[in-house]
Amino acid sequence: MAATLKPYLTAVRHSLTAAMCLQDFPSQVVERHNKPEVEVCSSKELILTPIVISRNERERVLIEPSINSVRVSIAVKQADEIEKILCHKFTRFMMRRAESFIILRRKPIDGYDISFLITNFHTEQMYKHKLVDFVISFMEEIDKEISEMKLAVNARARTCAEEFLKRF
Amino acid sequence: MAETFTFGGTLTPITCHAWNKERNQIAISPNNNEIHIYKRNNNEWKIVDILNQHDLRVMGIDWAENTNRIVSCAADRNAYVWKQGEDGKWKPTLVLLRINRAATCVKWSPAENKFAVGSGARLISVCYFESENDWWVSKHIKKPIRSTITTLDWHPNNILLAAGSTDYKVRIFSAYIKDIEEQPSPTPWGNRMPLGNLMAEFKNSSTYGGGWINDVRFSSDGNKICWVSHDSCINVADAASSNTIIRCKTEFLPFLACEWISLTSIIVAGHSCVPLVYTLQGEKLVLSNKLDKSQKKESGGISAMRIFQSLDRNLRTENSDTLVDSIHQNAITCIRLYAGDKLNSSRVSTSGIDGQLVIWDIDSNINSLMQALKM
Repeated sequence: MAATLKPYLTAVRHSLTAAMCLQDFPSQVVERHNKPEVEVCSSKELILTPIVISRNERERVLIEPSINSVRVSIAVKQADEIEKILCHKFTRFMMRRAESFIILRRKPIDGYDISFLITNFHTEQMYKHKLVDFVISFMEEIDKEISEMKLAVNARARTCAEEFLKRF
Repeated sequence: MAETFTFGGTLTPITCHAWNKERNQIAISPNNNEIHIYKRNNNEWKIVDILNQHDLRVMGIDWAENTNRIVSCAADRNAYVWKQGEDGKWKPTLVLLRINRAATCVKWSPAENKFAVGSGARLISVCYFESENDWWVSKHIKKPIRSTITTLDWHPNNILLAAGSTDYKVRIFSAYIKDIEEQPSPTPWGNRMPLGNLMAEFKNSSTYGGGWINDVRFSSDGNKICWVSHDSCINVADAASSNTIIRCKTEFLPFLACEWISLTSIIVAGHSCVPLVYTLQGEKLVLSNKLDKSQKKESGGISAMRIFQSLDRNLRTENSDTLVDSIHQNAITCIRLYAGDKLNSSRVSTSGIDGQLVIWDIDSNINSLMQALKM
């Protein structure tokens, strides 16, 4: 299984590098506004074709590029009920603090667990290749994090059950 | 060798830059509503003036070399013409653009008696000075533009105007103002030239959607145009041979700027952070020179040791080099000729999102390339 992780992440990395070629673009619909075009969808010529990269049914990435912003949505692996709950709690924890994560979107896109919104203002402040690195390492980490939490929950449940059953 | 400069000790992006005639002063916009004028003193840049009349981000600056005037346009829908007073300070004059969206690009005509402003209002304002009212007025070119104008360039005859836009098309218009100009003589692009007449239209790609046009330039004789677009292609169209298009697909990230440096060579730069020279050879565009000669930097210390150290400290192998292996560290957004003209240029300057200005030698690079070939 792990053999497919590397090509998957490589594909995501190259697609993100190409999708993150952003430029400043003042709105052509509302005067004196500058909005991420992928969110407002006001002119269809400014949106590029979205890409889905999927490793298997549950693990996939949706990249929606536009002239001044790109939206990256990630579906995280959830094998059972516990992983589902953990993933939900974990992503909710982060999205509630979206301001501190700068590129995190407050709500995920339908069908995905977590979304990032990267605009040209972010690529102006930060190195582009480091932003790509961040998204990739986030994808690596979240799987690890969830399986670790699952182990911790299971271990705790086992100890609890042992303690509880000692009484009988 | 390339010279590298930063301004004001910060790394804020440089939106665009423009040189004066002597190339000892530069106007840059540090990605906000201001324009800074710097004067060069050997290797030091001293700020001489800050032009802050705009109230949103400046999108374009152009410096008229012979009449020594600066025109600037910004996302606040205004353009100003700046003239230097006796005390050396720059004084603005508002231009009546009559647009209701951001002004995105601006360019003086070769004769410097008029300029064109592209905008998000899907039109081009061609502006000229009306001496009886003592202000800059504009005439509009509207049809058939369908989206924001991203780039403009003037034909050397002071009449024709090339415009690239986000509707994937490059168009050539006539910008003839009959109040101030004499009847233009015919060109290979066409004979009849009333204002706003569409002389030629090029789709960026006939088979695919194409991409937004990022930059367009007339060659020095005005018979060819080249443009770069978001699909990483470089295109050249020739009016002398019935508007045939030469297309070159490249393996690089999209280019944001292009400029002719001889009748057959084009310098391009963009998201790949390195300026490249492409040359026309017959019916093909060929990569002929890379200006950035930086080598991949060796990371200090033994790499295996670093990997384990990083694993030990952070529980993962960390990629710690923040530097890119090129002089520019982020996308290049603007190319200007520094020495020479479109027919024969020996030095160009580039600026980008990393806040650096780099002056490149083209000649010495070609010479060194030749020497390498001889070896």
